[in-house]
Amino acid sequence: MAAGRRRKHYNANNSYLSVVPVRLSELQKGAPAVVERVDDVQAADPIAQRLRDLGFVQGEPVRVVARGPMGGDPLLIQIGSTRFALRRNEAARVEVCVEVAA
Amino acid sequence: MSAGTLRIALVGNPNCGKTALFNQLTGGRQKVANYAGVTIERKEGRFVAPSGRMLQILDLPGAYSFDTVSPDEKITRDVLEGNYPGEAPPDLIVCVADATNLRLHLRFLLEVKRLGRPVVLALNMMDAARRRGIVIDVPELQRRLGLPVVETIAVKRNGAKGLVERVDGEVPIAAPKQPDDAASRADLHAEVRALLAATVTMPRATAKLDDTLDRWALHPVFGLAILALVMFLVFQAVYAAGKPMSDLIGDGFGWLGGHLAVWLPAGPLQGLVTDGIFGGLGTVLGFLPEILVLFFFILTLEESGYLPRAAFLLDRMMLSVGLTGRSFIPLLSSFACAIPGIMGTRSITDQRDRLTTILVAPLMTCSARLPVYALLIAAFIPSHRVLGMFNLQGLVLFVLYVAGIAGAMLVGWVMKRIHRDKSEHALLMELPSYRMPKVRDVGIGLYERSMIFMKRLTGVILALTILMWALSSFPAPPAGATGPAIDYSFAGYIGRGFAHIFAPIGFNWEMSLALIPAFAARETAVAALATVYAVGGDSGALGPALAAHIPLASALSLLVWFAYAPQCMSTLAVIKRETDSWRNVAISFGYMFVMAYVASLLTFQIASALT
Repeated sequence: MAAGRRRKHYNANNSYLSVVPVRLSELQKGAPAVVERVDDVQAADPIAQRLRDLGFVQGEPVRVVARGPMGGDPLLIQIGSTRFALRRNEAARVEVCVEVAA
Repeated sequence: MSAGTLRIALVGNPNCGKTALFNQLTGGRQKVANYAGVTIERKEGRFVAPSGRMLQILDLPGAYSFDTVSPDEKITRDVLEGNYPGEAPPDLIVCVADATNLRLHLRFLLEVKRLGRPVVLALNMMDAARRRGIVIDVPELQRRLGLPVVETIAVKRNGAKGLVERVDGEVPIAAPKQPDDAASRADLHAEVRALLAATVTMPRATAKLDDTLDRWALHPVFGLAILALVMFLVFQAVYAAGKPMSDLIGDGFGWLGGHLAVWLPAGPLQGLVTDGIFGGLGTVLGFLPEILVLFFFILTLEESGYLPRAAFLLDRMMLSVGLTGRSFIPLLSSFACAIPGIMGTRSITDQRDRLTTILVAPLMTCSARLPVYALLIAAFIPSHRVLGMFNLQGLVLFVLYVAGIAGAMLVGWVMKRIHRDKSEHALLMELPSYRMPKVRDVGIGLYERSMIFMKRLTGVILALTILMWALSSFPAPPAGATGPAIDYSFAGYIGRGFAHIFAPIGFNWEMSLALIPAFAARETAVAALATVYAVGGDSGALGPALAAHIPLASALSLLVWFAYAPQCMSTLAVIKRETDSWRNVAISFGYMFVMAYVASLLTFQIASALT
């Protein structure tokens, strides 16, 4: 991950935390993360729009619950109290932030 | 529209219980199950409210948003906007939301509200929400939304009482119509988040039971093992539980036919009753228990919420053969019958995936093939044990099912190869909460299926059986004829004409003849063979009569033919309706005919060489 994109901010406990941007497809199983944005891979990308409609919008907490048995594809994503199965290339459109101790 | 009738549309996210609510309100028996996309058409029902007013209820396919992508979601949008041909927009929209999963459901409600029509929100599954400790401040939610909110439990008797009272009252005032564009849609999520923060408290985001079950059901190793075990058990159970009941029915009809024959004068009528009706229809009816056992398992799996998990596990594999995890449920329902399976493909958003699924769906072994398989297997395959635990007959049946699936994978793979459009396919599938299957829903499903079967039996199958009997009995043989009477009948001539085409794959003329009525309804092949051999002079059970006339290689060839052949007219008609293209019908018929012929030819030639 590009170190230059790390941003420092305070969390609710006023301790230093680093926020690392990660693709949802690369997120570790079980690691809590927050949606940053959904990128269009082409102009007016219908899959990206669908993801936004399904609640992949900034600030929404997400987590990888399970991975498919073949090649770790598809991913089971928990967003809010909803679980969606996404293929890796669909999940790769979503950038999430993981908080790690600085 | 008559004056005083209030037209109400039920809308909401997929799998929030709209159809269960519809059934509860109208006393209907529409199919409900636990996965997204069960309802694919608009359904209509009506009932009289306590005030005496007639309420007309429309059940619409579920939708996540009006930025529609799939054909079933488009129906919903068109009806609500008044763009559906021949349908006035509803007077009142009841937006149904799953109280355990409000975020997306409320977002859709806000989209619906913008249409500028009167809306009532039904918070459904309130029982499940309470069990999970979810507390919803209904008065506050109502105040913030500015529209009436009622609680419902669609699966419980009187669970929709509050909703009936509300819609029977004064129609609420509509919010002003607002434009719908991508930018304003993004704001909806923020609005929902504020609503949830103010009105809903949730101890856990998900049900504990779901997390536990999913740890096993979606495990890379155990998950696949569980899936394989479930599928194998279903097919073994069809044989183990269905067969004894089938034998009982078959014996009962044989006995009844024999006794009735004594009372009837000898002649054509006696022949029709004993050979045609009791011999033919009785044999087909005998397979009802097997079909019901199969349906019992399919319905139970559908209700439990397990099927989308299976789709998740198999997605990658299905993708490699040109399908998608979303094809799994339509293909599984095709084991019952390809027609609901093909209609169920409407929930597949990608058009290429949908077409491939439609083309391979008839290769899944439908329940109409079961009588043919069961008859031939019982007549030709010895029932000894293999490896000490599996019945050889059950094993052959399983192999035939696998042959259908393998054929579908081959066709999907070829389709993927010849397709030029290589752009991305999307999965984006919601996994529902697990649910205990309701005895009532499974019971209704089984009842409906029995009724469909009996209607087929007393309709098309009866008519074809009588026709086959007539063709086999007339004209009567000339005086002094030496061979069996059927050799001189119309059936004899037609069958021998057809036999030229099917001789290379080992079919005798009786078998070739039976293929004709099978094109209208596959089970009729059994009745036709029964009639032909009974008229041909063989009395007694059909199985031994077949074994006496047909070599093993031909029987195996016929089994393989039934696995692949384009045999059912209704399926071709549904393909035409769903894809609106004769070309797809021709492709479907053509490839299946070639595939069946080649596979049967190989089977017959190899089996002949070995025996």
